[in-house]
Amino acid sequence: MKLTRRDAVAALAAAGAVGTVGAGGLLARERLHGGDADSAETDENESSESVTLSETDTAMLAAVARAVYPSEVTGIEEFVETYSRGRIDRVRNDAYRGGVSEALEYVDDRARTWYGEPYLELDSETQASVLGEIGADRADPAPDGTDAERVRHFVVNEVLFALYASPAGGELVGLENPQGYPGGLDSYQRGPDT
Amino acid sequence: MSSRVGGRAVSGADTDRSPVSDADVCVVGAGPAGALVASRLAARGRRVVVLEAGPRFDPADRPQQMERSIGPVDGRGDIWGMGGDRDAYASTGDRFYPLNANRVKGVGGTTLHWQGMVYRLHEKDFEMDSRYGLADDWPIGYDDLRPYYAEAERELGVSGADDNPFGPPREEPYPLPAFPPSYSDSIFAEACEELEIATHSAPNARNSEPADGRSACVGYGTCQPVCPSGAKYDATVHVERAEEAGARVIDRAPVQRLAHDASGERLEAAVYATPDGVEHRQEADAFVLAAGGVEIPRLLLLSESEEHPDGLANRSGAVGRYFTEHLFAGAGGTIDRETRQNHVGFMTSESHQFYDHEEPVPGSIKLEFLNYAGPSPVEMALTGDTFGDELLADLREAYGNHLAVGALVEQLPRWENRITLDDSRTDDHGNPVPEIRWSVGDHARRTIERANEIQVAILEALDAEIEWVVGPDDTGPAAHHVGTTRMGTDPDESVVDPALRTHDLENCWIASSSVFVTGGALNPTLTIAALALKGAEHVDEWL
Repeated sequence: MKLTRRDAVAALAAAGAVGTVGAGGLLARERLHGGDADSAETDENESSESVTLSETDTAMLAAVARAVYPSEVTGIEEFVETYSRGRIDRVRNDAYRGGVSEALEYVDDRARTWYGEPYLELDSETQASVLGEIGADRADPAPDGTDAERVRHFVVNEVLFALYASPAGGELVGLENPQGYPGGLDSYQRGPDT
Repeated sequence: MSSRVGGRAVSGADTDRSPVSDADVCVVGAGPAGALVASRLAARGRRVVVLEAGPRFDPADRPQQMERSIGPVDGRGDIWGMGGDRDAYASTGDRFYPLNANRVKGVGGTTLHWQGMVYRLHEKDFEMDSRYGLADDWPIGYDDLRPYYAEAERELGVSGADDNPFGPPREEPYPLPAFPPSYSDSIFAEACEELEIATHSAPNARNSEPADGRSACVGYGTCQPVCPSGAKYDATVHVERAEEAGARVIDRAPVQRLAHDASGERLEAAVYATPDGVEHRQEADAFVLAAGGVEIPRLLLLSESEEHPDGLANRSGAVGRYFTEHLFAGAGGTIDRETRQNHVGFMTSESHQFYDHEEPVPGSIKLEFLNYAGPSPVEMALTGDTFGDELLADLREAYGNHLAVGALVEQLPRWENRITLDDSRTDDHGNPVPEIRWSVGDHARRTIERANEIQVAILEALDAEIEWVVGPDDTGPAAHHVGTTRMGTDPDESVVDPALRTHDLENCWIASSSVFVTGGALNPTLTIAALALKGAEHVDEWL
């Protein structure tokens, strides 16, 4: 399955970053934000003036995504870049962005210490191994937790949420409106053959 | 470093939280009861102040609260900031009582994380003694509440259909159309038809179409603990209306005690604390307690005085007694076809066929056909210990063919189930914490067993492989706090009269499920809302 930029924009809807759910969703956002619905939307072509993830951070998130996404998924780089710029740069607060950057620094530090190279220079098999050796596979997500727990929360779960809370990732499992995605009221009524 | 976003207050410690002068009404609690009372009385020109213990949350945080709940980074109570010294309590009954998973302190109250299921109690629920020789009758009947139920359905914007053959009589359609049945409802319908069990739609306090300035449900599937779209009703709707009508809502202002006059028959002030450590006196002509079935009796007990040594409004000794819940019963498993679960977070079909029973036991059962049985793939992905192809294989293996039937089961009020004060531990203001003694009882146990029989029969009719049954030994409470300041006509047996005014204090009313005499087996919020509207009328008349 090839992920597209459209899939990333849909994933952003699950992250509350864009109002892609129709007039009803915009009404909801208008009330929730206490004003102009447009002001709550994100223009994905607009660059943010505030603290942003670096290109290295974005590339590392994509590398982590390659390690934790199924092999049948392609188009990961563009998907992750669009998603992370849309969400982490614009929706999350500075503390969250800092958490992502610090957790990525930790991953890169472990790669350099254990394998003598930056994380991005490692082959994909070793990149996956680093996550396991950090313990991010067994750790509970915790923003204020141990190194492994913060890597799980800010890095691994960031990209897993992008995929599996979106229609593209849900469809891999047979669920086109996964929990966390505002996919409307039709899919729950449909049978498997429709 | 902390990136906590869930439960963030939008008002700071420096917000003006001084008392309102010349208040007609002081409402304690900004949940659905308090918000409705405040909205109604403010609209009638009354000068209203609402004191809320918890904060005013920022609705812009809801998408992130949702994600943290899926994570799961926060537990159910943590999403709304519950826990810590402020909310400390003791559970000393036969069953542990998870209080802070079951309530929210904040503007909007527990409706911020509720499921949004709204029902009128059945006629039999008001007549348990007359019909079955169980518990006590209410001093009012279904017909007395019926117009208020209709009004409450309009206020909350209930989506429903008049297709329940077992429900109490109605006078008008629901304000919004019912949500259509789910695909899995059609699977259950086959089995229920075979077993001669009638199914029908489930009324929901969430918009099935845009209404009241709020969107239709968009299917985030995280109704509990947070609705990011605002389609699910919560009491901030009526808080906003109250404020637009001139009411003042003061958050982070927990009431420490109620002060009465020299006669001991009239309240003078609610003494509340603010984040700066200062105590204030909010005086008013009338007081309405709307802080739920645990904090209301606790506040009355904390307000003991020379004239009221056992606590205010407690001549009967019933304050805090008869703490009643609903019990969960359920069964689930898998079948050999897809069931399409976890697209939405609410139910669309149910059955009240086993609600109005002939014999005293088993009692009332509300059957629920879940639309969110089995694992949520995204939750699994975020908590699993595999990645890549192995993770996807795990998700495909786990998701797809689960079904579950739940039920709410009736519990009878029991004198020994109660809220008291635990003098051995204090909260963040030095007040004894609430102590909860709760047990299940034989009536509920036998009713749970009957519910399990029905649930298993339905699953067996589908040739399901049954994987779990929640029965009388592992049941839990449904987060409905009922009965702790019960209504009655006899001041020696009850706390409030049928007009919801305390027998002992002439200017104090209670709007809460705490006034229920019995709780039936139906989610209580519509009845809370109906009683709040009734109580608001009585207060207005008195003023």
